[in-house]
Amino acid sequence: MGFFRLTPLEWEAFKLSLWVAFWAVSASLPIGIFTAWVLSRCRFPGKGVLDGLIHLPLVLPPVVTGYLLLILFGRKGIVGKFLYDTLGITIAFTWKGAALASAVMAFPLLVRAVRLSVDAVDQGLEDAARTLGAGRPRVFFTINLPLMVPGIITGIILAFARSLGEFGATITFVSNIQGETQTLPLALYSLTQVPNGEGGALRLCAIAVILAMAALLISEWMSRRFAAYMKG
Amino acid sequence: MLEVQVRRKQGNFTMDAAFSAEESGITALFGPSGAGKTSIVNMVAGLTRPDEGRIVMNGRCLFDSARGINEPPEKRRVGYIFQDARLFPHLSVRANLTYGMRLLPESERYVDFEPVVQLLGIEQLLDRRPARLSGGEKQRVAIGRALLCSPSLLLMDEPLASLDDSRKSEILPFIRRLCVEFSTPIMYVSHIMEEIERLAHHLVFLENGRVVASGRFDELKTMLRGMP
Repeated sequence: MGFFRLTPLEWEAFKLSLWVAFWAVSASLPIGIFTAWVLSRCRFPGKGVLDGLIHLPLVLPPVVTGYLLLILFGRKGIVGKFLYDTLGITIAFTWKGAALASAVMAFPLLVRAVRLSVDAVDQGLEDAARTLGAGRPRVFFTINLPLMVPGIITGIILAFARSLGEFGATITFVSNIQGETQTLPLALYSLTQVPNGEGGALRLCAIAVILAMAALLISEWMSRRFAAYMKG
Repeated sequence: MLEVQVRRKQGNFTMDAAFSAEESGITALFGPSGAGKTSIVNMVAGLTRPDEGRIVMNGRCLFDSARGINEPPEKRRVGYIFQDARLFPHLSVRANLTYGMRLLPESERYVDFEPVVQLLGIEQLLDRRPARLSGGEKQRVAIGRALLCSPSLLLMDEPLASLDDSRKSEILPFIRRLCVEFSTPIMYVSHIMEEIERLAHHLVFLENGRVVASGRFDELKTMLRGMP
């Protein structure tokens, strides 16, 4: 039974992963919904460029994305210097940086899933709601948003799972600092590089599989609940 | 009393229509498919913007291109029953019915929940979701939903089109009674003569985006009989 006890290093990695993924998804959710809405409903010059930029983390090598984050948000970076000088905030080499790296990598997945759900809402329903006396904001919150819920949940779960699995951008941007930026994948990798690390690696591996399965099962269950709710 | 003068160009199609509808009763907007009936109704509802023109309802100006007035649909107090019902799938029948009603201050309501539910025979359906309703039931709920907003005018765009004959005969009498019991003027769009004959008090005949004839139905009936 001793095999199944996590060492402090492993335990920290597990907790940190959950914490980082939680913040990555929570912070990017409102922006993700807004972006999905804009991409779906608005037409403006440069829309294609915006779409491309958002999808960049999907196609760039993660290490490249991590390095770009370092250039921008590192202490001497364009944004990082401003944050440090005016607000005293440091992002590089902290859990916040890990969250930012995860958020950036997961963002395209979130936006894609939410955008599908925006597209799926029949605009005829919005027209009907307006003729019944609802202004645009009310139509969004009472008609669009509830019907977008399945897509939003799918997006959240995809983004959460992606954040949990983030490696390349994280290790490049915020390095591999135990207790601060060493998320589960980084810890697992570190354990494979040292002698006698197999036990720990196996434990972390098992946790990762369980988390992924749990995410998939929850997503399935919620889809079925929603479908049943709509049937009344 | 509704006065409509609108001009709108869409691709090759130009709409240039002017007519007025009486204060009470059912005014039918009749014409072949593609004549522009739905476009006119969408402009009266505020869902589509004419290029130029004026729409005045009961002395209230809803649209005037010359003066830059364009009231948004939610301010127009025009109820709209769509061809495809468009019930909100995530809400119960009851919540659908009261969706617009809840946004009205009580002083402005002249239609009450109970009488409408009774008239339309939908008491049994109140706690169901739209997915569990038949086509006829959906349309009845859609009618109730629009009516409960206490509108100054009810627009109906071919509400019976997606129903089979038995459903149609189920709903036609309701539409006639609506007019009588709630004194709400109705603008009814259709390209089917039988429906018009059973419902219309007044008629506006539209062809190719232009009003060809308008007036009291019985007066125009003989003229229409002669049409292909």
